[in-house]
Amino acid sequence: MTGVRLLVGTRKGAFILTADGKREKWDVSGPHFGGWEIYHLKGSPADPNRIYASQSSDWFGQVNHRSDDGGKTWNTVGNEFVYEGDPGPHQWYDGTPHPWEFKRVWHFEPSLTDPDTVYAGVEDAALFRSTDAGQTWQELPGLRGHTTAASWAPGAGGLCLHTILIDPQNPDRLYIAISAAGAFRSDDAGQSWTPINQGLHSQYIPDPNAEVGHCVHRIAMHPSRPEVLYMQKHWDVMRTDNAGDTWHEISGNLPSDFGFVVHVHAHEPETIYVVPIKSDSEHYPPDGKLRVYRSRTGGNDWEALTNGLPQEHAYVNVLRDAMTVDSLDPCGVYFGTTGGQVYASNDAGDNWTAIVENLPSVMSVEVQALP
Amino acid sequence: MIRVRLPHHLRNLAGVGPEVTLEIEGPVTHRAILDALEARYPVLRGTIRDHTTHERRPFLRFFACNEDLSFESPDAALPNPVATGAEPYIILGAIAGG
Repeated sequence: MTGVRLLVGTRKGAFILTADGKREKWDVSGPHFGGWEIYHLKGSPADPNRIYASQSSDWFGQVNHRSDDGGKTWNTVGNEFVYEGDPGPHQWYDGTPHPWEFKRVWHFEPSLTDPDTVYAGVEDAALFRSTDAGQTWQELPGLRGHTTAASWAPGAGGLCLHTILIDPQNPDRLYIAISAAGAFRSDDAGQSWTPINQGLHSQYIPDPNAEVGHCVHRIAMHPSRPEVLYMQKHWDVMRTDNAGDTWHEISGNLPSDFGFVVHVHAHEPETIYVVPIKSDSEHYPPDGKLRVYRSRTGGNDWEALTNGLPQEHAYVNVLRDAMTVDSLDPCGVYFGTTGGQVYASNDAGDNWTAIVENLPSVMSVEVQALP
Repeated sequence: MIRVRLPHHLRNLAGVGPEVTLEIEGPVTHRAILDALEARYPVLRGTIRDHTTHERRPFLRFFACNEDLSFESPDAALPNPVATGAEPYIILGAIAGG
C-alpha cells in the first residue's frame, strides 16, 4: 500500500485527506461542494478511484456526485428516488400515520465487486440500488414492504436507513439498520427481509420481544467473520454471533453505553471500538473527556484510549458514520467530531493526532487504502 | 428571451453565472420556464421542484417584478416584462438555517 485517502463529509462540504503509509503527514483538499451538507462519501472497494458522494440541502434537496479519479473531479449523477408502488404511511412521532416521503441519502454502500453497483440508504427509510454508477436508482421494495413497516417511527434524526453491510462471503446476504425501526437481514440479495432484533431492550418499548422499534445507531462487521456483528444502539452496545438471530449486551465497564459509532479492527475480529456519549439528551462525552474505548475481547472488557485526545472541556459528538478503520498494518483508526476535528491513530488506537481541527461539523469519515 | 436568476448553490451546481437566458416558445409560465431550465441544465432536476409532482421545494420562492409569484398556478401567465426579458425571473432561497 502506498497510502490512504480519508473521505470526510461535513455540514458545509466534503474534504479529502491523503497521507502515505506512515499516516503522519496529511494533505487536505476541499471544501468540495462548499456550503452543502455532505452526509456521506464512500469509495468502491473494487475501484478506489470511484467515489460516491451524497449532497443534501433543505433548500435544494438531494444531489449525488460520482468521481472516477479519486475525488479530483466530480460528475453529478441521478437524484431521482421513487418508492415502488404506493408507499403508504409509516408512524409519525405522535403515533399517527405519516406518508412515506423521500428526504435524503444517508449512506452509500458500493458493491464489493462491481464499481457501477452501489446501494443507497435513504430517509424515509428504504434501500435503493444503482447498477449504472449512480445514474438511475431502483428501490428494493421488499424492505419497506415488510409487514411491520407501517409501525416504523423516526428517531430524532428522521426515519433513516443509515447502515448497509454486505457479507463478503455471501453476496446474497445484506444487513441494514434503521432509526428507529431496528436491524434487518436479507438472505436473497435484498428481495425479502427479516427483522433481527431479538435480545435488544429499549426502555421505551414495553414488549421485551418487540420485533421492531429499536433505535439502532450503527452495526459493524469484520469481513473474516460476517456472522458476528457489533451494534451501538441508542443505549447499549450489543453483539450477535449468529447473524443477528439473537443479540447479547457487551457494554461491560463502559462509562456510558450510549453512543453512535462502533467499528472493528481490520485484522483482529475481536478488537472493537466505540466512543461513549453521556446520554440521549446530552450528546457529548462523559466528563468532557473525549475517549475512544477499545475492547480486545469482543466486548465487555473495555480500555480507554486517551493519548492525544482532549481530556478536558471536550463536548463534541461523533456521529454514526464518522468512524472508520484502514486495512494497513498497524491498523489505522479515524473519527471525526461535530466540533470539526478529525483524529487519526496509526497504531490501532494507542495514540491519536488531530490531523485537521477546524472543519465544519463532521458527519462521516471513510478511508481508502491506496494501491 | 427569458432571464432567470439562480441562487448561489444552484449556479455552482449548473456551472453558470448569476443569470441564465432561455428561449421559450408559447406562453411564459412557471412550468415553461422550469421545463426549459431543467432541459438545458439537467443537474438542476429535483433541486427546484419535485421530480414527480413538480411541486416547488418549500424553501424556494419565485419572484418577478417585485412580486412573490410562488403561489400562482404553474400554468398561469407570468408578467409581460418577464416574457420580454425586461425583468428577470428570480428563484430565491429562503433566508434560514446556519
